[in-house]
Parts: sequence; C-alpha cells; structure tokens
Amino acid sequence: MERVAVLSGNHAVAHAVKLCRPHVIAAYPITPQTQIVEKLAEFVERGELKAKYIRVESEHSAMAAIIGASAAGARVFTATSSQGLLYMHEAIWSAAGARLPIVMAVVTRAIFPPWNIWTDHSDILAQRDTGWIIAMAESNQEVFDMIIQAYRIAEDERVLLPVMIGLDAFSLSHTAAPVSLLDQDKVDKFLPPRRAFSFLLDIENPITMGNVAFPDHYMEFRYLIQKAMERAKQVIREVEEEFYEISSRKYGGLVEEYRCNDADVILVLMGAWSGDAKECADKLREEGLRVGVLRIRFIRPLPIEEIKRVSLGRKAVIVVDRDISFGGTGILFTEVSSILQQNSVTVRGFIAGLGGRDVTAKDFAQMVKQVYTDLEVGERRSRVEWYGVKEVI
Amino acid sequence: MIYEIRFHGRGGQGVVTAATLLAEAAVFEGLWSQAIPFFGAERRGAPVVAFTRISNKPIRIYSQIYNPDAIVVLDEKLLQLRSILQGLKSNGIIVVNSSEKLKFPKIPSQRIFTVNATSIALKLGLVVAGWPVVNTAMLGAIARVLNIISIESIEECIRRKWRGEMGEKNSLAARLAYENIRERD
Repeated sequence: MERVAVLSGNHAVAHAVKLCRPHVIAAYPITPQTQIVEKLAEFVERGELKAKYIRVESEHSAMAAIIGASAAGARVFTATSSQGLLYMHEAIWSAAGARLPIVMAVVTRAIFPPWNIWTDHSDILAQRDTGWIIAMAESNQEVFDMIIQAYRIAEDERVLLPVMIGLDAFSLSHTAAPVSLLDQDKVDKFLPPRRAFSFLLDIENPITMGNVAFPDHYMEFRYLIQKAMERAKQVIREVEEEFYEISSRKYGGLVEEYRCNDADVILVLMGAWSGDAKECADKLREEGLRVGVLRIRFIRPLPIEEIKRVSLGRKAVIVVDRDISFGGTGILFTEVSSILQQNSVTVRGFIAGLGGRDVTAKDFAQMVKQVYTDLEVGERRSRVEWYGVKEVI
Repeated sequence: MIYEIRFHGRGGQGVVTAATLLAEAAVFEGLWSQAIPFFGAERRGAPVVAFTRISNKPIRIYSQIYNPDAIVVLDEKLLQLRSILQGLKSNGIIVVNSSEKLKFPKIPSQRIFTVNATSIALKLGLVVAGWPVVNTAMLGAIARVLNIISIESIEECIRRKWRGEMGEKNSLAARLAYENIRERD
C-alpha cells in the first residue's frame, strides 16, 4: 500500500533514488545536502538498496566516479551543494559532453565568501551552460517525483543528457512535510533498467571515449547536444504524463502556470518560494489585483514558448531572482528578457532572498504593488532592482 | 485553518524531534503539516528553536514563522530570554515545562499552561546522557491545549518512532503530561 510519510526534502530525495535502483552512488558530504547521501548509505548498509557506494575525497571525484560508472552502463547518483557543486564544475561539463544519463540532486545554497549555508540559486545557475537539464522543485513531494522522472528523461534515447534536480536549502532540504511515496513495482514499471543506446565501456570490447575532435568535428558534437536539449522538451512533457498514470500527480511540464489565464501581472520565479508567491497572488486577487504565477520548473531546456505564451499581452511580468550575475542582472531576468525583447511587455526584475533571506507573501505583494503604482503613472520601462537590501554605504 | 507553533529548548533536548513528531501526528489525523528546524550554531545546551505548521489544506508557504499561535518551552530558564514571546499572537498560548506558579510578563489575552515534564521523564526513567527527556511529554501537553490533534495520534507517532519499551515509556510520558497540564494565571 502506498503511504504518506513526513519527510525532509533531503530524505524525500533519498527515498526516490532508492526506488530508482541505482547501481553506483558516489558521495562527498556538504551541508545542507549531507542527509541525502547519509540516508542512501543507510539504505545500502541495511541491504535495502543494492548499490555500490563509493566514498570519495572530493566532489570532483564524486562526479568523476559516476561518469566512469555511467559510461560503463550503470545507473548512477550523487548530490551536492554550493562550493561542492562549483568544485565539480569541470567534471559536470564532461558528463554532458559524454552524453551520460546521470542524475544529481543539488541542494541550492549560497556561495562563499562570506560563509552562508542557506538557499540561493547562484550555485545551480552557474551550471546553466553545461549541457545538463536543470530543474527546480517547489515542494518535497515534487522533488521526490522529479528524481524518478529525471532518470526517465536522462535515459531517453532522444535525450541522453544528465539531469540536475534542485531543491532549496533548508526551506525544502530540512523542512519535513508529507510526501506520498510510490510502490517499488510501480516505479519499476515506470522506470525499467537502463538501456544502452550508445557506446559503453566494456573490457571485452575496448573502446576509447573522449578522444580529440578537431575543428572540423567539434562543432557537430555541440550541435547534437543542442538538438537533444530541444527534443528534451517534448520528452519532459511525455514522461510527466506517464508519471501521472502511476501517481495522479503532475505539475505542468517545463513550467507551472498558477492563475495566469486572466492575470494582468505575472510573477516569474523558481523554487520553494513560488508557494509563497502563489499565496501572494491569492491575497492580491481578493484586493482586485489580477496576479498570476509562472513557476519555472526547468531552466534548461529553457521554456521559451511557454514563457512567451504566458507573458504576451500582460501589463507587466515581474521576475524575482534569488541570484545575481554581478555587473549584469538576475539570471532568470536575463533569460525572460531575452525571450520577450521583441515584444512590448514590461519586464521588471527584483533581486531578493540571497543567502536565505526570508521572502514572504507580503514581500511579493510589495513588489507587485510597486509595479502597479509605476504602471498607473505611465512608467513602463523594464528594469531590475534589489529588494529589501539594507543601507550599506 | 493554519496553526503555527514555535518550540524553544536546548540543543540535545529533542526540540527538532518534537516539532517533527507533532507534524507527523497532524498528518496521522488527516491534516497537512511542516516541521521546520532553525539552523544556527547548534550545540548541546545552547538555546534552539524549531517550528511546526499545521493546516487543513496543503501548505505551500515556505517562509519562516513570525507570529506563532503557540509557544512551547522545554526549559523554563529560557523564559529569561527577552525574545521568548516575540511575535506570539495576542490570543496566543504558552506551554512551559515547569512546576512553578509562573510570574511572567505576558499580555492578559495570552494564556499560559504549565506541566512538570521533567518530573514525568524522571519518574519513567527517561534519561539520556544525564538529561531528562522532556520532548515527548511536552507533545502530550501541546496536544491538550491545541485541541486539533488527539493524544492517541501523538502516542501512535511516538510508538512508531521508538519501538518497544522506549516507545511505551515515551508515549506514557505524553499521556501523563496530557492529563496533568494546568492553566496558570
């Protein structure tokens, strides 16, 4: 019988991974991710999960180890955060370039210095251009569901790319909430053993991987990743539909639209605080302001069509970034603006909640009301500002 | 309906476990919940805080709790902290592990309850590393004043967490606190 368990986001990830029957897990601890790999170690130790568990000396080695295992045909997993993710960065490119269907959980956390263990999306967004499929969950239930779907997406013949599933430090990772688990046989049917579509390392039939590609070939490898990314959009939608059959849960594909149909203003964001933004939309609607929320579930592949369709014809689109590209703007803002630049939509950006600073429904309401006030006096220019930053000079 | 509870205790007293068990008991009752630990520089003996949010609908907010409906204090010496009642609703409830008749600067519309969880724990031999284990007794006490989660659900969730004698003793602690909690003026 399927049961509801009260699980932290980290333990929701571990339970989902266990159901996916990975062969190899390589792990190096870092707050706030450590509970994921601790729980998996416990499953392996108790014999509940038959996997090779490799304790490595760094995150770079963790990724290197699972790249090797994945290249030999294994289903693999690792998890990390912040500095660990940055230390892994070079190997992250290798995983995508080698077209390996690796799944990794990233507990999004601020970057040093100064030390901060709380949520911030700069770490995961720094992986934006690596060729990984990158998604962010809103709830513990969604992160559980996303991990299981991630293997299907990654291993699909049309895709063959690694997938990174993000969950916010503490607000999801350490917050316990009810999660509906799935029976092993249902997951087994949904996610059969990995099939080998491409070349695999095999000691009986030795091959070389990662050879040199001269200028007359390199570009085609890059083009093939881009094509796989574009095909991944359809695969993500299909996999979610199939997952709905076993779970009765779906979230909307690359994005989730919340009360967007008749909205004048759309809040665009990703991660756990999207829930607070929905709360804000409901409250402002009681005051007569028609606000909707467009939650970005997948930042790669970028949901270009969805963002365009939902944004066009609105009075304003408000992008809230939990990250900053120094000297530029918020990263989500850049992405959304690039899609909407040819259209006359006002795009307003807010940088907020860096390093885990709490952002509540009231804060979102303040951002929305400020934009409404500007629109009323005819101020329609797009711009980005920092929300709630203290006087520092 | 949304109900928010803040737990105050010391590192090692099982404050986060109490918040999580309360969340589990809420789910057992068919409600929705969240248990939120607050992370700072935890160490044994230092003041720590954890939160539980309970609702009859799925909870989608992830921001922190600023205006709790109830405050649960596992160590009465923490009442000396100026911040202890910060944000408590004007009709809020305070539950303290204490044997004393507390003189306490609360506002008249707030209600204060006490239960001697320490003596319950000692009587049952619930001592770990020299400290009486008061978190499960305090859960029984909070069940009584919240009136949205039955003591049976609390007992069940405690017995699921600790099998055998430990589970029995801890659920009995919750039951005794449930029966012995008193309102103070």
